[in-house]
Amino acid sequence: MVGKLLLRGMLVGLVAGILAFAFARVYGEPQVDKAIAFEEQQAQAAGEAPEPEMVSRAIQAGIGLATGVLVYGAALGGLFSLVFAYAYGRLGSLGPRGTSALLALLGFLAVIVVPGLKYPANPPAVGNPETIAYRTELFFIMIVISIAAMVAAVGLAQRLWNRLGAWNASIAAALAFLVVFALVKAALPDINEVPESFSATVLWQFRVASLGIQLVLWTVVGLGFGAVVERVVGVRDQRGPARRYA
Amino acid sequence: MSDTTFAPSYGPVAIPVRELLPWAIFGGLLLMLAIYFIGAEEGATSLIRGTYVHEFVHDGRHLLGFPCH
Ligand SMILES: [Zn+2]
Repeated sequence: MVGKLLLRGMLVGLVAGILAFAFARVYGEPQVDKAIAFEEQQAQAAGEAPEPEMVSRAIQAGIGLATGVLVYGAALGGLFSLVFAYAYGRLGSLGPRGTSALLALLGFLAVIVVPGLKYPANPPAVGNPETIAYRTELFFIMIVISIAAMVAAVGLAQRLWNRLGAWNASIAAALAFLVVFALVKAALPDINEVPESFSATVLWQFRVASLGIQLVLWTVVGLGFGAVVERVVGVRDQRGPARRYA
Repeated sequence: MSDTTFAPSYGPVAIPVRELLPWAIFGGLLLMLAIYFIGAEEGATSLIRGTYVHEFVHDGRHLLGFPCH
């Protein structure tokens, strides 16, 4: 059962990755190219020798990008299926499609949007190579805190569900999540390493493209996974005992 | 699939945790390792020497939102 879910999750994630790759090619690569052009121009102005190209730009923007996004998509789909396997049947009476869509929405918020508001995606040329370890650490700390807060918020909503009703319980949980986010956002150090003369337009468009790639991934996984596991997961008849398809 | 019913079959059946746990641990670790290679290998930390992995997945790393450079 879990194996079947995992396989389907990874396949849906792979499809999501293919679509996200197409999106990244069209909307992301032009911004990466502009950022790299800026980087080279800066290096030239500083009189530095151009960095030797270990992997050509064509490969980075082609098979390299495809590998990155497809592997990421498949892994995301697989991890999503494992969370689904736990959540399904434990989130009230939500069926497979509803569970999948809700998890994707909450996951997108907790893993991408909220950490991204604190530590947004950056194009090449933005970021000091000497702080990479520090930045990576903070980035993952932010994701872990955000996921923990989301899990706690869902638990809180469930606890308040019967007492306050669905709407009020959800609003209370969302408020609690926002309070945690506001505190963490204020407590963790800011990072701003955007060069003074870097184009604001390129930075904005790069970040929108980056968010768009994630939106494609999570939407396809959230809606696609529910559809392909509908006949795999167990449902209970109104009169009979629990049974499982497949 | 022997029993059929006229009532719509609503009501999800949760998967027992003991059935889920081995998959979650082994599958979860392998999948997170895959994400690590795309997102962070040869950046903040390095399991393989050199910078080839970093350079190869470079554009994806930036566009997927990981810190890089
Ligand atoms: Zn980079």
